[in-house]
Parts: sequence; C-alpha cells; structure tokens
Amino acid sequence: MAVAAARSEEVAVEVKSAFGTAVSDAAIAAVIAFFLATPILSYKTVEEATSLGLVARWPQVLMGVAAVFAGRLALNLLWPHFGGVVAILKASWARLGAFFHAIGGWRTVLGVLLVCTVAASVTGHLAVNRWYDLLLIAPLAVGVWRRSPAWLFLGLALFFPFAPGATRYYIENFGILVLIYVMLGWGLNVVVGLAGLLDLGYVAFYAVGAYAYALLAQNFGLSFWICLPLAGILAAFWGVLLGFPVLRLRGDYLAIVTLAFGEIIRIVLLNWQSLTGGPNGISGIPRPTFFGLEFKADGGFADYFGLPHTSLHRIIFLYYIILGLALVTNWVTIRLRRLPVGRAWEALREDEIACRSLGINVTNTKLTAFSIGAMFGGFAGAFFATKQGFISPESFTFWESAIILAIVVLGGMGSQVGVALAALVLIGGTELFREFETYRMLVFGLAMVMMMVWRPRGVVSGRVPTIAIGKTHRIGGDLVQEGRG
Amino acid sequence: MTSADPGPVLEVDAIGMRFGGLVAVDSLSFTAERGQITALIGPNGAGKTTVFNCITGFYRPTSGEIRARHADGRVYPLHAMPGHRICEEANVARTFQNIRLFAGMSLLENLLVAQHNKLMRASSFTIGGLLGLPGFARAENEAVELAKHWLDRVGLLHRADHAAGDLPYGDQRRLEIARAMCTGPALLCLDEPAAGLNPRESRELNALLMSMRGENGLSLLLIEHDMGVVMEISDRIVVLDYGKKIAEGRPQEIRSNPAVIAAYLGVEDEEVEQVEREIRT
Repeated sequence: MAVAAARSEEVAVEVKSAFGTAVSDAAIAAVIAFFLATPILSYKTVEEATSLGLVARWPQVLMGVAAVFAGRLALNLLWPHFGGVVAILKASWARLGAFFHAIGGWRTVLGVLLVCTVAASVTGHLAVNRWYDLLLIAPLAVGVWRRSPAWLFLGLALFFPFAPGATRYYIENFGILVLIYVMLGWGLNVVVGLAGLLDLGYVAFYAVGAYAYALLAQNFGLSFWICLPLAGILAAFWGVLLGFPVLRLRGDYLAIVTLAFGEIIRIVLLNWQSLTGGPNGISGIPRPTFFGLEFKADGGFADYFGLPHTSLHRIIFLYYIILGLALVTNWVTIRLRRLPVGRAWEALREDEIACRSLGINVTNTKLTAFSIGAMFGGFAGAFFATKQGFISPESFTFWESAIILAIVVLGGMGSQVGVALAALVLIGGTELFREFETYRMLVFGLAMVMMMVWRPRGVVSGRVPTIAIGKTHRIGGDLVQEGRG
Repeated sequence: MTSADPGPVLEVDAIGMRFGGLVAVDSLSFTAERGQITALIGPNGAGKTTVFNCITGFYRPTSGEIRARHADGRVYPLHAMPGHRICEEANVARTFQNIRLFAGMSLLENLLVAQHNKLMRASSFTIGGLLGLPGFARAENEAVELAKHWLDRVGLLHRADHAAGDLPYGDQRRLEIARAMCTGPALLCLDEPAAGLNPRESRELNALLMSMRGENGLSLLLIEHDMGVVMEISDRIVVLDYGKKIAEGRPQEIRSNPAVIAAYLGVEDEEVEQVEREIRT
C-alpha cells in the first residue's frame, strides 16, 4: 500500500513538473517575444502638422506577449497528443493518393475539368466571346489524352487574357510579370538546376539583353524582332566571356564571382553615361509590331482588322509574346535534357570527376550551360525593355538575381513545372497581395521557412530519367545531387 | 593484324610524382601487356592510386613519361594530355576506389553519358539533335543497344530504369565497370574493384574480368588488396612500396618473393627469416 501511494505521488510530481516545464518554457518564449516586440511595436511615428510625433502602443506589445505565452503553453501541453493527429493526417493523405490512382489519376481530373469548361462555355459563363474558350478547351483535351497536368497550365495561360475579370491591370502586372519570371526561372534552371552551377549574377544577362535591344533600336533603328535574337546572342556571348575564366572555380567561389559580375554590369551601366544614359536610363524604346502593324490609333493594328482601337490590344500582344518566348525556352530545355549535352549537364551536377574520366570536356560543357542560360536571360531582357519602353540600371539589382534563384530553388532544381509554379506563387502572390504591403514580406518569409522545413528540395523534387527501356521510374530527390559548382 | 607486334598497351617510363616534399612515386617503370590483366599491388600508401591518377590524367607526373599504344601502332603520350582526352582519344577508361556513379540518374543514363562524345558528334553538337535529324536517333538507338549489352553482362538489365544510387554496393561496383566499358576502352584501369564485396560477389567479379580480358583486344590494369582476386586472375603483378617498384612478375613468383613478404609484414628481410625460424621451432 505504501509503495502504491508513493508511486501515485511520484506520478503526481511528474505531471506537476511537466506542467511546470511547460509554463516556464512559455514564460521564456514570452520574454523573448517582449524583447522582440518592444523595438518593433512599442512606438509608432505619426505625422503631425509640423513634425513627426510618437504614439505609444504598449497594449499591443502586451497583447502580443500574452498571445505568445498562451500559444506556446497550449503547444507545450498539446504536443504529446499531436502524434495521433499527424498519423491520421498521413493516413488520409495516403488514402487520398490511393483514391486518386483508383479513379484514373490525372486523366479523370482533367476530364472532369474539361467537361466543366465546355459546360461553362456553352452556358456563356466563361468568357465574353465564345471563340476564345477554345484556347482553354483544346489544351485541356490534349491534357486528358496525354495524362499530363502541364497542359492545364498551358490552357490557363493561353486563355488568361480573355478570362472574365482579366483587366488590363491584371494582364500587365500579373500575367506578363509572372511570365517574365517564369522565363527567367527556366533560363536559370539550365545553369543551376541542370548543370549545378550556382549563379548569383543571372540578372547581368537580363540587363545585357535589355540594353542590347534598347541601344540597337535607338542607335540603328532596328526593330524588336531583329533585335530579339541579337540580344540573346549578345547575352550568350557575355556568358561565354564570363564563363571562360570563372568556370574553373567551384562552389562558393563561383557564386561570389558571378555575384560580382552582376554588380559590375550594373555599375558599368550606371557610369557609362555617354552610351547608356547612366541613372537616367534609356527611354522611348520602340514597341514590337504585329507583322509590321503598330498598335496605334490611326492606321495601326485595330484599323487593319476593323476593330475599335483600344490599348488592350498591345497588352494582350505583349502577353502572347512573352508566353511564346517562355514556351520556347521550356521546349528547348526539355529537348536539350534528352540530348547528350543535357545529360552531360546533369552528369556534371552529379559528379564532375566521373565526367572527366568518361572523356567529357568539363569546361566546354559548363560553358554551353552557362551561355544557353544567359541567352534565355537575354531574350527576357529584350522583352522587358520593349514592354517597359524605358530601362535604367535600377531594374537590374542583385535583388532580381536573388528572386530568380529563389524561384529555381523553391520550385525544385531542374523541374520545369516546379519552377513555373514557384514563379506564379512568388511573383503572382506578391502582386496579388499588394494591398497588404506591410505583411507581404512577413508571409513571404514564413512561406520560405516552411518550405525549407517540409520540402527542402523544392516543390517538385527528384527527377524523371530522360530515357527508358521499359517503364520510367521517378528518381527521388534524396538521390539527386545539387552540384557543387 | 599488322605485321609488326604492336607492343605493350601501356608503358610507364620512369615516372615520378611529388606533392611538395612528399615523394609519392619515385621513378617507376612498368608495362601492361596487351590483352592481359596486370595487377598493381602494395601496402596502404604505396602510391598505387597516385600511379592510376597519373595514367588517367587526374595528376600530371612531375617527371617521366606514360605512353598508351593502340593495336594499330598509334602512340599517345598520356602524361601530356588533358584528362578528358585520355578517355576519348587514347581509349583509357577507369573506375574509382570510392565509387563515382551519377547517383541521381538511371543506370541507362549512366551508360549513355559514358558514350557522350560519340553521341555529341551524332547530334552534330546538339544542333542536329535539337532539330530532330534522323542520324541522331539512329546513333542513340545504337548507344542504347550497347548499354543494354553491358547491363546484361553485369547482370543489371532488369534495373536499367532505376536510379544508380539505389543499387546495393556490389552492383554499383559492377555498374561502374559497365559504364567504363561503354566508352570503348583499349585499356581499363580498375581501382580496387573487389573492395567491399562479399566472397560470392568477388567470385562473380573474377569471372566477369576474366571474360572481358582480351575481348576486342581489351587489357586490364587493376589495383587490388584482395590477394585472392589478384593471384587468381592476374597475368602479371607489379608490387609497389613507398612509391618504388620492389617486384614484378607472374603471381607464383610474387607469392614467394621475400621483398614482397617483407613489405606486407612491414619488417626487414632478416627479421622475416627470424620469424620463420621461430615459427618452425
């Protein structure tokens, strides 16, 4: 009896101490929260008639601290019971996957979407003009046939300018912008994702493309369609020029030198006043023409086709140009992956020494990856210049390189679909939530942290072999190397 | 066959390799005969892998010459060629002590990467391949057939579409040999091919190497610690110690060579005799 009593006492002590630890841990969290919140929340500056005034916000600080304390305490107390919840979630996720396969996978999902789309089109809910609905329906049908969700994205992208609610503002600031970053992401994906070379100065090639078009157009009066390939070639040329000395370096050293190169290009553009106009940039960059037709009020595109003139035409045209450029980038990359050069890139990322022992010229192979990535950057740059009509070095800061790299890494290195999704979320997300400016970066940062915890290899990790004798097996992300430069 | 004897496939002529003050290899000379298996053995740190790295272009020897000689009489100075050309032109392929496969690529892809130069030419350096010219498709089919042949030889055909990194250790070793063979070598250098294999796998490896020897004039040079493997399959053995050659000859000769025994036991000759005397009494 005495033993039993002692044991129950022990248990009580244990429970008490568990509660005590939970409380003290929560108290520590609250103290940290207090120190963090004090400089951020405690005082707010407000504009008064003549000067800036301070408003104390101690209640908010206290509320924050209390919230942290309560949250941490609840977490501490409930965490031991969390295992069951996680297990249930995992089981239901697995069941969902099994169900997905049982109903026929993507083919069924896309089929249902196709039926819904056709129905919406017939009842007149989809777009203003029925003819455009085919832009969505046709790729969806191909998707059903090929069992690939990528066609759904293509259909949505093609249809976007005619979708209900797609105003000029959304096409320009959401559609075109996202597609520029999709293209840049796909371009950098060749360098970082396939060849495993960490390039922190990708924006340099974007700038070279933009300035190449702007200067060629201004000084020689060349049109966009002639300058577009030239801009790509020039950027590729700069890629080779930079690559020759730099690609002998590996890992961190390569990253530092490419970072420096990006800055050098920007600073040269800023200081070479006589050529680039320095910080004033270059304005009046000509717009692209539709087979020689300009987008203007009299004698332009609208007149020729007998349409009422609206500035929307030009925006939609720009949208389709960048969509086309991005799709070309994607198509070329997918094909290159299946060619010996693409396999050599991936092999290089996996093991450079083994590549050398197999007779692969490592330097040349790296150079091709670098220059092809640069070329796509150059195309995107030329498009950026013609879209804006004005460029200045301000558009080509390190921040851009960082965003593009973040898109590639978050998307899953080497995955085309993943990169496109990451660009959509990162760029589209920030554009859509522009009203919540204050909290935007906070959410962005939080999303990044959560990604790194749960999906450290990106949204789409792993890779699909480029060739197979029998059935293709997906290779898990844990086996795929990231490259060390 | 040409009228004249083409001579040994590999001639290592008085090479030296020093890293700062350390002399890893000291005026070493030996030859590897055509169509035979030559083994390079020696205690740990004897400089075997250094010799391999010199032959395959990963190091440039500080002195001396290494020549590869093809059956048609062409001679390649390996000591003066950039690393990737040694495989491409002199047809000397190698494997690594710590396996270096492309872990995230399928077995088939691994073997196609090994045929890179051939396929690059067939795809007219990517441009023809990008446009989908028929010549490339044909070349790729041939490359896949060669890959299938070697996968079959090493018994891994059923895993062709799986990741190389997922293979068990012994299979990875064999895949690395298959990959090196896909480059079409005249001389294959194997760095400890039997390391980490169990006895059964080791026997299978012996059979594989024996069957490969002399096939299309293939010669093998191998570093090995497993004396069972070395004594069974080698035609000739070169023994290194502290970067110097201490013996060379057929397995039976090496087995009874006192200098070799001393090097492996790490004692002087007289001491060996003393030990032997003590054992007898």
